[in-house]
Amino acid sequence: MTEQSTFNSAYEEDAQKDKFLTFSLGNELYGIEIKHVIEIIGIQTITEVPELPDFVRGIINLRGKIIPVMDVRLRFKKPFLEYNDRTCIIVIEMKGTSVGLIVDSVSEVLSVPSADIVPPPEAGGGLNRYIQGIGKSGTAVMLLLDCDKLLHDHEVERLLLAE
Amino acid sequence: MNGRDLSDPIMEMYLFESSQLLEQLETTILDCEQAASFSAHAVNEIFRHMHTLKGSAAMMQYMGIAEVAHAIEDLFHFIRENIEQELNYRLLSDLVLKVGDFIKEEINKISFGLHPEESATSIIASIKQYLDELKQAKDSGMNAYQARIRFQNDCEMENIRAFNVIHRLKDISRSFHHDPPDLLEDEKSIEAIRKQGFHIFFESDKSYQEVHGFFMETAFLEQLELSHSEHAQLLEVPAVVEADDSVELPDWPEEREIQGKLESSSRNAVISVSVSKLDQLLDLVGELVIAEAMVSRSESSGYSGEGTSFNKTSGQLRKITGELQDIVMSIRMVPLVSTFHKMRRVARDMCQKLNKDVDIRIIGEDTELDKNIIDQISDPLMHLVRNALDHGIESTEERAQTGKKGSGSITLEAKNTGGYVEIVVADDGKGLNLDQILARARENGLLGEQDVNLTEKEIFGMIFLPGFSTKERITEFSGRGVGMDVVSRNIEGVGGVISVESNWLAGTSITMKIPLTLAIIDGMNVRVGSANYTVPTTSIKESFKPKLTDVITDPDGNEMIMVRGHCYPILRLHERFHSQNGLTSFEAGIFVMLEQDGKSLCLFVDELLGQQQVVVKTLPRYIKQVIHREGLAGCTLLGDGSISLILDVADLMGTNRNRGMQALAHNR
Repeated sequence: MTEQSTFNSAYEEDAQKDKFLTFSLGNELYGIEIKHVIEIIGIQTITEVPELPDFVRGIINLRGKIIPVMDVRLRFKKPFLEYNDRTCIIVIEMKGTSVGLIVDSVSEVLSVPSADIVPPPEAGGGLNRYIQGIGKSGTAVMLLLDCDKLLHDHEVERLLLAE
Repeated sequence: MNGRDLSDPIMEMYLFESSQLLEQLETTILDCEQAASFSAHAVNEIFRHMHTLKGSAAMMQYMGIAEVAHAIEDLFHFIRENIEQELNYRLLSDLVLKVGDFIKEEINKISFGLHPEESATSIIASIKQYLDELKQAKDSGMNAYQARIRFQNDCEMENIRAFNVIHRLKDISRSFHHDPPDLLEDEKSIEAIRKQGFHIFFESDKSYQEVHGFFMETAFLEQLELSHSEHAQLLEVPAVVEADDSVELPDWPEEREIQGKLESSSRNAVISVSVSKLDQLLDLVGELVIAEAMVSRSESSGYSGEGTSFNKTSGQLRKITGELQDIVMSIRMVPLVSTFHKMRRVARDMCQKLNKDVDIRIIGEDTELDKNIIDQISDPLMHLVRNALDHGIESTEERAQTGKKGSGSITLEAKNTGGYVEIVVADDGKGLNLDQILARARENGLLGEQDVNLTEKEIFGMIFLPGFSTKERITEFSGRGVGMDVVSRNIEGVGGVISVESNWLAGTSITMKIPLTLAIIDGMNVRVGSANYTVPTTSIKESFKPKLTDVITDPDGNEMIMVRGHCYPILRLHERFHSQNGLTSFEAGIFVMLEQDGKSLCLFVDELLGQQQVVVKTLPRYIKQVIHREGLAGCTLLGDGSISLILDVADLMGTNRNRGMQALAHNR
């Protein structure tokens, strides 16, 4: 039984390897590792929670489960775009925390072998914190997000806010 | 072989059963120790528990546990067969408790998926040793006696007479010693025997009557005191004690602390429920199915106009839902017994270490609380008991000086008060020193200049601040100043309130007021702008439309309102939560007066939406990481699927005061 399950998980791991879900914010294409993605839903009624940083829009009711949603545009200090029927919420799970990411639109799942991923340029600061690499797939270039940092890097933000 | 899945039902059952058995075992032992004897019933019970533990451990192939349990089982088997034999109950209960601890730890390891240790040779050795001693005593049929003989005043030559007794004693006893030890050579022995009498400790296979008769034959006998003495006095005690020491776990208290934490995190897998409750539940579900059928039929048959049948059936449905809710809640309720009894063990071990004599009184252990809450308060309770023992209760000498009776007492009490359970930990120790607390608070900078007029209650409340400890030296049990703030945080975590009362030299009592259950509360839904909020009904006093003339604004911009001669601060919820498009004119909205912990506050909201029972859900962890306690206790889903945020009334009151202070600071 144990062997079977290791086999399965190895298989799953393999199937998810190098696969990225791509979505767009304005003109740029972003990718997140498929293993973090739970589901993709349309935009929902968001309940605001007071005193949150502006990029966390609030909480939504996902079939009885309460999850917070984060506007990735605002997270990256881009101008706010009114939500429309193309707007999607990508529900991801990291270390037991579920979070919804609001993005302009979701494109497709692409396979990017690690050979096609280059580290982000040193310069630029800011945004590069959340980027783990830049991937090429055909002619498209996408920014691969580091989900962990995206979710758990508000220590810095809080300090900034406090100042 | 131990690579079993933790979710395996057999494994789950094993862990649950074993920890329950261990708990029962501990209770039995502590009861016996209190009674200072092992009754036949208790011995049987311990034997049975150990047998079960051994059996299931062997089945799960945890040989280490099985071996230890087997050793204890052997020991108790022997005791059971020879029930009339004198026992050193203290040593015995130490042994059993040690084994209990060992197994508990192993089981903890297992529940975390670690490999248990293979054996506990040292513990088994000490058990075997004790068993051998008992057997020896039994084989030689030896009973230990202690005798004191006084000779008649004018008999003279006491030492010779004593020597004579010893000489005769050789016939009935093989091993003995006596005091004074040297009878013939030492001149002083006569004096000693005259004053203190002649002490003999000896073993004999003769019964008490026979031995008594033997001594009564002594010439010139004035007085004889003959009693059974404990084996330990004659047999080689030191060896046993040494063996014990080597078994003792290093850094014991720390380990226990970790254990406690592990326990609370892993201990909600299984809960035992009385069958009658389940039957009730099943009946209700049956009714629910019928009611549901009735509702849907009355709907499909068309609205006949008067709508009476629909109203009736939906009313029935509502009633059943309510009952269902009650019964499900009652299933989650667990009596406090085992939590309280754990405290007895904590107290016993600490008493031994600190050399204090303390009685633990337990009142209202049948009081029931939600299982989750019980898990949450078990750590705080342990902290409080430890504190009471370590800081509160004085040493026996100190107690004698202040005219208290030698043994201290700690009372654990639980009682129902409405929607809350009050748990009180009271000791009759030295109490809290107001001045010392104030001084320490100033030292640590916890006290600002403006806090000059504090009530006694507020000063006592300071002991719950982080980093506060009045204890000069850190003992192994407490004094690092991390205990009390953890206690208060845990209690607040389950929505409870903690308060202290103390009289200098007369004792301290700490009261925890804890809600019966977290899951469902009565709430009033209010609207502010476009957002919905829920206020717990228990803290609402009244709601009213204000008259603008009653509203006062002080120079700092704080708004207040006069209601029936009392002045209450106003909190604008839309301002507090920075929500857009909320009403700003007092005349358009409505005031809700909140009261908690003797403080009152008027909350200004746009509209009351109605009262409803709501299921409390915690805010997502991610949100809690970003904001800390910002006036919200959680959230809930309303009938239409939208989310409403539940207000944390106590926190709102606190922040209101801070806001005032901030405004004050700002204005300066």
